[in-house]
Amino acid sequence: MIVAESLTKYYGFKLAIEDVSFEIKRGEIVGLLGPNGAGKTTILRILTCFMPPSEGGASIFGLDTRTHSLEVREKIGFLPENVPLYHDLRVQVFLRFAGEAKGLRGDKLQKEVLRVLGECGLAEHRNRLIKHLSKGLRQRVGLAQALLADPPILILDEPTAGLDPAQIVEIRQLIKSHRGERTVLLSTHILPEVSQLCERVIILNKGRVVAEDTPESLTARIQRGMRTLIRVRAPEDELRNKLLSLKRITSVMPSGARGQFIVESIGDESIRPLIARTIVESGWDLMEMSGKDLSLEEVFMHLVTKEEGGQQEGSGQ
Amino acid sequence: MKGTLAVFKKESYSIFASPIFYASSFIFFVVAGYFFYSDTLYFSILSFQATKNPVLSERLNLTAMVVTPFFGDLSTVLLLMLPLITMRLYSEERKSGTIELLFTYPLSDVETLLGKYMATIVVLIIMLIGTVPYMVILEMFASLDWGVVVSGYIGVFLLGAGFIALGIFTSSLTENQIVAAVLSFGALLIFWALVWAKSYLGPVGGRAVELISIVTHLEPFTRGLVNTKHIVYYAVFVFFWLFMTIRFLKMRYWRG
Repeated sequence: MIVAESLTKYYGFKLAIEDVSFEIKRGEIVGLLGPNGAGKTTILRILTCFMPPSEGGASIFGLDTRTHSLEVREKIGFLPENVPLYHDLRVQVFLRFAGEAKGLRGDKLQKEVLRVLGECGLAEHRNRLIKHLSKGLRQRVGLAQALLADPPILILDEPTAGLDPAQIVEIRQLIKSHRGERTVLLSTHILPEVSQLCERVIILNKGRVVAEDTPESLTARIQRGMRTLIRVRAPEDELRNKLLSLKRITSVMPSGARGQFIVESIGDESIRPLIARTIVESGWDLMEMSGKDLSLEEVFMHLVTKEEGGQQEGSGQ
Repeated sequence: MKGTLAVFKKESYSIFASPIFYASSFIFFVVAGYFFYSDTLYFSILSFQATKNPVLSERLNLTAMVVTPFFGDLSTVLLLMLPLITMRLYSEERKSGTIELLFTYPLSDVETLLGKYMATIVVLIIMLIGTVPYMVILEMFASLDWGVVVSGYIGVFLLGAGFIALGIFTSSLTENQIVAAVLSFGALLIFWALVWAKSYLGPVGGRAVELISIVTHLEPFTRGLVNTKHIVYYAVFVFFWLFMTIRFLKMRYWRG
């Protein structure tokens, strides 16, 4: 449905993205994840036909973004970064304009405007000037304009940036409500957002794709084994030695609070009863035990630092 | 061209919601009113003197002494005011980032440009219509040549349409509205004052600046002469600057 092939973009002499390729299937919610300046916005701008790539190409429903720009734009609802809106217009007037710009007229326009006003919880704010709305409401107006004309694809550039926690939850709920109905590509540098919303994630760093998979597969790929969190009342060195003497345990690392450790092991979770038995038989108190997979933050940091380390080695040679 | 109508409506709404429009229009009507008053006052003083001087009374002509100079004055006021109206058209969109919305809606650049241009033309028409009562007042006290009045308005309208086209172009160049207005005013002033160098440039150069200068093409209209070649000049002027705007907007496709 969305295909990017070897996208490369230069701003003047500055390389923004290099050889970026990916494919997104119908109905997927995919996150474009990367630190600031990784090239997320550039990719989204190319896909929404705001600007062309310097090299490579992108297509949506098989239509090239360069040669069939208007047709591609008809199929996309786009929320740009920082939600630019016409602040001197009233919500309803702005949405009517956006609807007309997307080719809606007459009754259909009116129905669509009412639908998105309702869907985004803006009905009671429709006659307010956009400049008088809170940031969260403006974000909703931005989403509402993207949803007008029922586009099969939603492209959202940092949809929750700058919002307070309650507003973030609201906007995420709104995006989640489109799961299965539309294909959603969203960019973010907030990792929990990806874990909560996305079925698949494309990780970017310095303009290049460094990984692409489901959050679970990425975690499994990097984790290579099992992680168990334990909270124990025991002398640290003795506990570590005791646990490391068990065959499948590869490391025991302190984690956060006092008495809390992450135990890394090879193989399945049958190691956990063995850990528990060892602790109890040693006369120590086992206060807590739970599985502790790598968080997406850790996966992300692993990928990004690995990439940067690789680049430094390369440049050192 | 349905997209043009959508942009036209949005732009009209924005213009009429903007204090710049009301401030510019207010100043336009005050200054234009002052010029009309001074032209009329001068004519009435001469008329008073003519009651004692038959030679002077034969040479008194309301059209030549009030209507024609008034259209010249009107064009000067438009030169000062229209860059203030056009400066925000693209600059503001660039500054606020809404240009990203505009260029990712299924609208062509031409549709967007024409929508903005037509909305500003409506502002020009409103400003000009606002001066019609001056002529009606004149008609109440003297016999007016309405042919000259109509041709004068056509000329000033075409001149204003040219100003707007150039103003839109400068607005597309920068995200700073003040810079856009200054560029527009400067460029218009050059097109205006070009003809002043006529006497120094010899016959060919003089003829060339006369052809290019925007104000020489207005003068026949203010005397009641509607000539196709002057209409063509303004049409080419408008087309050229709108075309340049489109070219500049398209630059994002090959820049980088």
